[in-house]
This record gives sequence, structure tokens and C-alpha cells, in this order.
Amino acid sequence: MDDIVTTRQVEIDSHSINFGPQHPAAHGVLRLILELDGEIVERADPHIGLLHRGTEKLIEYKTYMQAVPYFDRLDYVSPMCEEHAFALAVEKLLGITAPDRAQWIRVLFAEITRVLNHLLNLTTYALDVGAITPALWGFEEREKLMEFHEAASGARLHANYFRPGGVAKDLPAGLTDKIAEWAETFPKFLDDLEHLLTGNRIWRQRTVDIGVFSAEQALAWGFSGPPLRASGVPWDLRRSQPYDKYAEVDFQVPVGRNGDCFDRYLVRLAETRESVKIIKQALAKMQPGPIKVQDRKFTPPTRGEMKRSMEALIHHFKLYTEGYHVPAGETYTAVESPKGEFGVYLVSDGTNKPYRCKIRSTGFAFLQAVDVMSKRHMLADVCAIIGSLDVVFGEIDR
Amino acid sequence: MAEETAPEAAPPPPEPTAAELFAAAVASIPGVTGTRWQHGELTADASRDSIVGVMTALRDDPRFAFEQLMDLCGVDWPERAERFEVVYNLLSVSLNQRIRVVVTADETTPVPSVLTVWPAATWWEREAWDLFGIVFSGQPDLRRILTDYGFEGHPLRKDFPLTGYVEVRYDEDRKSVIYEPVKLTQDFRSFDFLSPWEAITTLPGDEKVFTERAKG
Repeated sequence: MDDIVTTRQVEIDSHSINFGPQHPAAHGVLRLILELDGEIVERADPHIGLLHRGTEKLIEYKTYMQAVPYFDRLDYVSPMCEEHAFALAVEKLLGITAPDRAQWIRVLFAEITRVLNHLLNLTTYALDVGAITPALWGFEEREKLMEFHEAASGARLHANYFRPGGVAKDLPAGLTDKIAEWAETFPKFLDDLEHLLTGNRIWRQRTVDIGVFSAEQALAWGFSGPPLRASGVPWDLRRSQPYDKYAEVDFQVPVGRNGDCFDRYLVRLAETRESVKIIKQALAKMQPGPIKVQDRKFTPPTRGEMKRSMEALIHHFKLYTEGYHVPAGETYTAVESPKGEFGVYLVSDGTNKPYRCKIRSTGFAFLQAVDVMSKRHMLADVCAIIGSLDVVFGEIDR
Repeated sequence: MAEETAPEAAPPPPEPTAAELFAAAVASIPGVTGTRWQHGELTADASRDSIVGVMTALRDDPRFAFEQLMDLCGVDWPERAERFEVVYNLLSVSLNQRIRVVVTADETTPVPSVLTVWPAATWWEREAWDLFGIVFSGQPDLRRILTDYGFEGHPLRKDFPLTGYVEVRYDEDRKSVIYEPVKLTQDFRSFDFLSPWEAITTLPGDEKVFTERAKG
């Protein structure tokens, strides 16, 4: 009892502060140890893992189909893009290809997810540096998009919609019309958002020439996605290593020049406009057809079939208990998630469960570079840098 | 017996394709012990001691130009003599190509760090140390990264139980968070789905079926 009551003398170095783990500008549970010289950051040491749930270990004990929902919970801001990487990896090992309509639905929802992600990032990033209106506006737009998520998958966030072999179910009647209607009105919202921020004097003072990262640095630090493009590297997996139907859509890859926080904002904003273009093309090119592989060894039969066919019932039972066995092999499959390259390194040993499923999270590489990026910056700039990197701890900590 | 029937692979193709030339160029780097294509991805096995040289060559040689280390991770194969694989996934944005480099290690032999080739390696090496206990020599910052402060063990090893060893809760009496051994109210269940009809690929005396199936 004594040692609890006794006061301890602790010497605190007044030049190092503890940012987080609960800080509104930490975008989750980031603990950042900052060593300061006055208000100038000398060293930033991010401590991560406060949201570590052992996803990779859990997946080793689940069948391939049961592993899909874990991907929603990684980057919970862009759930469907994470599922996309896993679905493509499993399809590669199984040697199956999703039918055309499924691929178009995936492209459509991957882009809706991209808009969702960028809306959240741009607006909360603005919130971090002091602008509250974009967040209020952005969440209203996000709500409309999450209704599309809900209409297609039944869930607003944790969709579990992209499955190996296709998608879980077809789009409900009338949804494509609603999405098309939204795609017409949405650019107006982006104009408004841009009007609030791009020319805003305070916004520019807080972001221009802050956290400058050259192309060489960005490559050396394993950057991908908008932060890499903002540094002037025209690299987009949708363009250079197209998956699903991305080879058939027409879009621009916005590239920045200075690699500062402002360019990262501009690149994301421009990307959101491109996403709307892709959404419109996907809606126009989508044809009726099957939405998953018709091989019942990989995808479940419909309810109607199960009522009539004994074989369908057996297939359903086998799929949901044992799952499918994936031939032994390994693959590193990456997609251009809204944040950057999201990869899955999947090792199969021929059983119904992954032997190893390494998740290459995008923000992991970004956050590591915070130390270099924020060196000799003011303390308040750290918030701008973290906001501009678009980190989500669900995927960093896994 | 399986060795006698299995290696009847397809005859070598007459013209070397671009993929084969690429693989041959990678195989000519000193320290690369073998290459293989699988699912359109090139994997190169490298010897542990020359990994830094191999990586520098892959980054600086204009034929490869792998500017980026996209991922580094461990894989645990407890039944092997050297149980760990360290897998490096590289990307070249200028030539639009990928490669995977694999080296092996065990609990005590350190793998030379590729920190000097790509500064981004630090956190992934910390992660591989944290989750597998793979030691990286020349890495000055080999702290744990994902697990709790004061965590013991390496959770992604195959012999580490899924449930872990300890659980935490807030103790009202002691007014602090305490660690206790894990208590499971229901036994941990892990079903064995290996059935002799599908999953076990070779039954004793049944190798012929296996080779027929492998041929398709």
C-alpha cells in the first residue's frame, strides 16, 4: 500500500511531448513522441500498435471466405478496396476470373469507396488545420454514398461485398439510376469544397511548402498513391497494372509538382473528380449478367436453387463449413486503394485456410516517414502532415 | 517413389521469352540462388549473407531499377531446418515490374538489414522482429512495433497460440490494468478439414492419382 501513496519524483524533459494516443488530429490512436526545440520538431517517433488486433493471425485460422470481413475492418474508411485486394489474390491462386458484370460492379464500388475515403480525408484534414465547415459538408455527402454501400451490401461500412469469384449479390433494382443521379450533382459539391479551401489564405499558409517530400525520397520511403503522385511520380496501379475493368475506363492520373501538403490535397481533390468520371463509365458499360463465378465449388448457389436442388444444398453446406481448398502457391497482389498501394501477400499450402496472409498497409510506410517529413517544422505542422498523409490506424496496426 | 514419377515437367520452350530473359538476368546477380515464375510473378531465392548486395544490384542496375521496397514480411515454416522466410516485395515504377526476393533464417541467425538500401525497411524489419522474432543485423532500431509495451513472445509464429497467453482487464481494487493468464470459457476449436478425398494430395501408394491430377 505504501508504494502507491508515496509520491515519486519524475524528471520530465520539457522538450519532449506526448502527442496522443487520443488526440483529435491523430486520426485514431497514434502516439507520437515529439522531441522539440522550442516549438520546432527535432524528432518524431510514432508509436503504433494501439489498435493491433492480430488480423493476420486470425486470418490463418479462418477459411478464405471468412477472412473477407477482416479486410473491411482494416482501413475502415475504404472497406471495399481492401476486400478487392484479397478477392483478387484468392482468385489468382484459384485461377478463376470474376465475370464481366462483377468486375464492373467492383470498379464502380471501388471508385465510390475512393470518393468516400477522399471526402473523409480532405475534410478532416481541413478540420485538423482549423476549418470546420468542410467536415460538416463532407459528412452529408458521405452519407449519400454510404446509402449506396448499404443498398448493395446491406451494411454502411463493413460491407463484406467483394468476394473471391465476384461480388456477394447483384445490385438492387434502381440503384444504378440513383448513383447516376448522384454523379451528376456531386461535382457541384466538389466545386463548393474547392471554393472553401483551395484559394483560402489560411489553408494555403498551413499547407503550402509544409512537409515537402521529393520524388526520390517518396520512392525510397515506399510511398504510393496520392502522396507519391503529389511528389511528381505519375504512378497509379489502376493505370500501370490494371485489374478488373480498369483497363477499359478512361481517366487521368493527377500528378503534383512540389510534394507538399497542399499538393497532396490537390491530388486527392482531382482524383475525386476522376473517380466520378470512372463511376459514370462503369454505369454506362455495365451489362446484365452473372455477378459471380458460376462454379459452385467457389461461390454459393442462390436460395431458390437450394430449395429445389439437393446438390445446391450440399454445395452451400460445404462452402460455409469447409470452404474451398486453394492450391498451394503464393502471390503478392496489390490494388490502388484510395490511400495508395494496398497489397496482400497470400501463401496457400493447399488447405482451406490461408497459411500466411501478410497485409501490406499503405499508411505504415507513410507514418514511418513522418519523422523525416516533420523535421524542423513547427509543432502545429505535424497535424497538417499527418492529415495530408491520410493515415488510418485500422490498417496500420492490423 | 514420388520423386521418380513427379519431375516429368513440360519440355523447355524453344525461344527465350522476355520473362525468361528477365529471370535469367536476375539469376545472374551474385547471391541469387534460384528464380521461379508463379502466377505471373517472379520469385528469386537469395542467400542470406549477400542480401544487401542483391538488393543494391536490383535497385541500381538499369535492367531492374527496383526503386521501391513495397513490403517485407516473415513467413514461419516450423518444420523446416531454417524455419523463417523473409520475403521482400519490390516494385519498379520506371519499368513497371515487380519481383519477390526470399531469404531464409532461423531464430538465432541474423538477416542483414536492407536499411541502407531503402530507409523504409526499418519499420517492416521491426515488424518481422516483433511478430516472428527474426533478427536483423545492422538495424539500430530493432524495437517492437505492433504488440503491447512489455509483450513477450512472437505472436505470428505457428507455435504461438491464437488466443495468446495473457489477457488484460481493469482491476477495480488495484485501480490499474492487470495481466492475467488467458481463461477460455469454451475450448478453442480448430477443425481439421483435411479429408483423404480432396485435400491430402498424396496417399501412400496413391502417387499415380496425384501426378495425374497435377497434369490436369
